Amino acid sequence: MTAIAARVRLPSGGGVHLALALVLVIGAVIVAVDGGNLLSQPSITGILHRSAALGIVAVGQTIVLLVGSLDLSVAYLISLCSLVAAETMAGQEGMVLPAVLAVLGVCVVVGLVNGLVVSLLRVNAFIATLGMALLLRGVIDDQYDGPAGQVAQGFQRIGYDRIGPIPVAALLMGAVALVAWFVLTRTKLGYRIYAVGGDVEVARLSGIRTAPVVVTAHVLCAVCAGVAGLFLASRLGAGTPTVGTDGGYDLESIAAAVLGGTALAGGKGGVVGTISGVLLLAVLDSVFNALEVDPFFKNVVRGTVIIVAVAVYAVRTRRPR
Amino acid sequence: MNRSLVPVLGVLAVLLIAIAFVNPNFVDPPVFLAFLKRAAPLALLAAGQYFVIASGEFDLSVGSLITAEVVIAARLINGDADATWWVIVLLLVIGALTGLVNGTITTRFGVPSFIATLGMLLILEGAVFLWTDGAPRGALSDEFRMFGRNNVVGQIPWSVVILLLLGVGAVLLMRSDFGRTLMATGDNARAAALAGVRVSWVRTTAFILSGLSAAVAAVLLGGFGGVSAQVGRGMEFAAITAVVLGGVALGGGRGSVVGAMAGALTVESLFTLLNLLGVSGALEYAVQGLIIIAAVAFTSRRTDEHPRPGRGIRRGRAHHSVLK
Repeated sequence: MTAIAARVRLPSGGGVHLALALVLVIGAVIVAVDGGNLLSQPSITGILHRSAALGIVAVGQTIVLLVGSLDLSVAYLISLCSLVAAETMAGQEGMVLPAVLAVLGVCVVVGLVNGLVVSLLRVNAFIATLGMALLLRGVIDDQYDGPAGQVAQGFQRIGYDRIGPIPVAALLMGAVALVAWFVLTRTKLGYRIYAVGGDVEVARLSGIRTAPVVVTAHVLCAVCAGVAGLFLASRLGAGTPTVGTDGGYDLESIAAAVLGGTALAGGKGGVVGTISGVLLLAVLDSVFNALEVDPFFKNVVRGTVIIVAVAVYAVRTRRPR
Repeated sequence: MNRSLVPVLGVLAVLLIAIAFVNPNFVDPPVFLAFLKRAAPLALLAAGQYFVIASGEFDLSVGSLITAEVVIAARLINGDADATWWVIVLLLVIGALTGLVNGTITTRFGVPSFIATLGMLLILEGAVFLWTDGAPRGALSDEFRMFGRNNVVGQIPWSVVILLLLGVGAVLLMRSDFGRTLMATGDNARAAALAGVRVSWVRTTAFILSGLSAAVAAVLLGGFGGVSAQVGRGMEFAAITAVVLGGVALGGGRGSVVGAMAGALTVESLFTLLNLLGVSGALEYAVQGLIIIAAVAFTSRRTDEHPRPGRGIRRGRAHHSVLK
């Protein structure tokens, strides 16, 4: 067991850290030739700010991917959470805690439903969470026509303050990632998540009750989406019905996790790789912004980078056989 | 008849009867044909997606491929009737090429199709707006729009004829050697490879068929709805939903193309019924989501009662076999 655990603990997408370093160096050189400075303090702060929301969601997505599932409902859940937070707060400092609790409540319910539908009703996770996405979309479209509510002044500091060069948002992302890393690598639940994702039948025969593991993973993922929703609400000052879908957080979080070496089939990977994957995408964005490249070109490069990176992993892991 | 067809045809029949009950005009040929005309693009797309899913893969790129095709057609035709035909041929070539690239990346480089086609989605979306500076330009010719808009003879629309012809073609294809090797590949790729199936080529062909179906759907949608940057948005999820509703298992090797197309008609009749019942446009999504989860929960329970030989009774197909 310890041998397996030791192997599991190694970040399997080691390549992503190398890729991140390469992109950072090459990007810095290109931007420098253009007359800018990618490694200046405002630029680095920008990169960290840009990665916070996606990073938090992608950490949650990594947990469900590891258990062999996935969550396509996070984008709409983020929008809903930003609305719930801003409406509950209504600009009052005293309502910050109730708002946070309300958001967490919504997330736990959504995560529970996702997890139960996937594990007990045995609906394919793709369909189950796509159905949940439609459901949330219906609720949002029915209740809200545009931005609503207002967050408390003090709460906005999460979105804008920084300590030295490091934005509070990046610390939030780091904290979420640290908690997830601890749960995945240092707790019983974490080992069970890897075991169920690796082979659900073997896990069951080893005496693991698989359904609670899958449900917990979905709840954790939904809570991460809720934290991202809170952060985006603090950033925008109000709840916005389109903030989750505009960011494309559903598919991009999956892409970032896979870029970071997490296997879509489950059981392999971890949050450290995911954070590197998210930072890689954010550095690319910053390079293009610095070079003032057409925003549409960004998507082309993003798509190419994701495909090429995953192809490199796949070819490398296949070779030893 | 294939047993996997029973649930979807049952649900479809109930929905159609319910629509006819709420709106008695629905059984008039013109009204029913208009319904089929509206459903044709999704049904064709579902048939294309079926090939990919049956082979054990996913194609998430079809939605943005449709948008790209419509935008390309409008820019190249630019209202010039003479350009119609070569542009349609070009659209089919682009669809097939996209499928070829998706298939090659998936099979030769071992990138999971979920990621390969997600990357393709981003690339197509970015590329087409890069080319048009952010907004669709140009216009489609009447000859191009004829297929999505007009009737062949009398009250029979072009799109229904195209749907029937290609639907029959898909059924015949699934009965040919290709169909058998496709199912064998989706069911157990290794066994199929050992039996002499060229698995990579079979899967790549499935992606090409999916790309072609997106091209045809783009011609119909462009004709029906005109040029917009939103035309294909979400169509990939609608197509996958239709296929799964039609009793086709994600993970491959099961279900029929007729079921996939019936699934598309089911999705479309669900929209129609909700409209007739006056469910607000917004809540329509919520109801759709609930029904999809319920329908799939129902079908997956049914299929679990009859495990197929050699698969193990509790082999977790429910949440596990999805993304290999």
